[in-house]
Amino acid sequence: MPLLEVDNVSKRFGGIVALDGVSFDAEVGEIVGLIGPNGAGKTTAFNVITRLYTPDEGDVRFEGESLLRTAPSGVIRRGISRTFQNVELFRGMSVIDNVRVGAHARRGEQSTEDLLFYVNLHSLRYRPASELPYGTQKRVELARALASGPRLLLLDEPAGGLSHEEVNQLGTFIRRMRGDFDLTVLLVEHHMGLVMSVADRVHVLDFGKKIAGGTPAEVRSNKEVIEAYLGVPG
Amino acid sequence: MSRSLLELNNVEARYGPVKALHGVTLTVGEGELIAVLGANGAGKTTTLRAVSGTVKRDGEVIFNGKKLPRRPEATARAGIAHVPEGRGTFTELSVWDNLRLGAYVRRSNVKDDAARVFKYFPPLEERRQQQAGTLSGGEQQMLALGRAMMARPKLLLLDEPSLGLAPIVVAEIFRVLDAMKAEEGISVLVVEQNATLALAHAARAYVLEVGRVVVKGSSDELRANESVRRSYLGY
Repeated sequence: MPLLEVDNVSKRFGGIVALDGVSFDAEVGEIVGLIGPNGAGKTTAFNVITRLYTPDEGDVRFEGESLLRTAPSGVIRRGISRTFQNVELFRGMSVIDNVRVGAHARRGEQSTEDLLFYVNLHSLRYRPASELPYGTQKRVELARALASGPRLLLLDEPAGGLSHEEVNQLGTFIRRMRGDFDLTVLLVEHHMGLVMSVADRVHVLDFGKKIAGGTPAEVRSNKEVIEAYLGVPG
Repeated sequence: MSRSLLELNNVEARYGPVKALHGVTLTVGEGELIAVLGANGAGKTTTLRAVSGTVKRDGEVIFNGKKLPRRPEATARAGIAHVPEGRGTFTELSVWDNLRLGAYVRRSNVKDDAARVFKYFPPLEERRQQQAGTLSGGEQQMLALGRAMMARPKLLLLDEPSLGLAPIVVAEIFRVLDAMKAEEGISVLVVEQNATLALAHAARAYVLEVGRVVVKGSSDELRANESVRRSYLGY
């Protein structure tokens, strides 16, 4: 049984169909990439899974049970945590306090201090989050998400603000983290080098519909994906 | 290199007790597109902020032959438009109102300038009454650039235009930058993590590490540099 099943989900905002009968899943321990053009519905899918949005149709199941009866605040206790595309930290708070919020949400077993060492933020722990470079703020969000002890981690564009070399390190880190914390990871990302190197499977959305899904190699050579998204084979 | 439009001489900047720039020297010539590369935290964003006066700085910034005061409004009036990381559009306002705000320092010929912006970014015209926050990421970046163009700047400071954008959209943004450079004669100082693309469009580039320029040169020279290839280009 997959850990996460998004089953025929539709979500409309007025006349705009953000998700149109989308289905995909993630098996335990998988890293699953979710890619597609801007406005394709990737972040909407994250918002449906984390219950910020209620779908108009379809179901989302986690460990075989529907998530739709869980309140947004209960999602983290079910074992799902996330980061945000545009960084949603408590800006005035220190790094360590941001991470403590994550731990508080679900009594994470990891100590906050250990976690800060793990993500290499310990030396910055008393700095206000808002003062840090963009890429570092993304790492604080990751630490906050990990602190709740999730089984499923949703990462929304974690490579933002990172150089090529740092993105490579992030790829290695995501894989190590999956092993160390027994995670399943759902990854929205435009950095194709990262997605194609870390993901076990990739799903592609375009205009709210799933247009492809498969291994990175299959997706990369898919004509429709190249036209809608990649632009050039790569 | 053409006549220099912007010169930074030994510029330092800090956030409270933390020093972010340790003496950066760089120039942007008239009509040039110059890229700034570097790891997260190297000081790229701070370099742009030091120019626009949105961070405390020491050292000299010369623009168009004159010393530039460290006041953001003076910078804007002098002809510098700063498009910050994350775009900074007014999400509650319409596309049209965002564009009008871009022309705030002048308030004349708004319609003509908007027509120019729509020529570069046709989707903005279709969505002129739409709330900016409801645009896709690519359209928001277009709006941020369009709003900057409304000020008729001589110099555009661009902070990671590719952030959060699909590969096909990033390529389009850089194509438009080239066109604006050619047709409007503006100069561009762009911070960009997609180094391959940035070097393809830039005449020259600077690489920052821990608040200092460690490598500079033409795009060809940088592409041939072993450490730049390894860290920023990946081949």
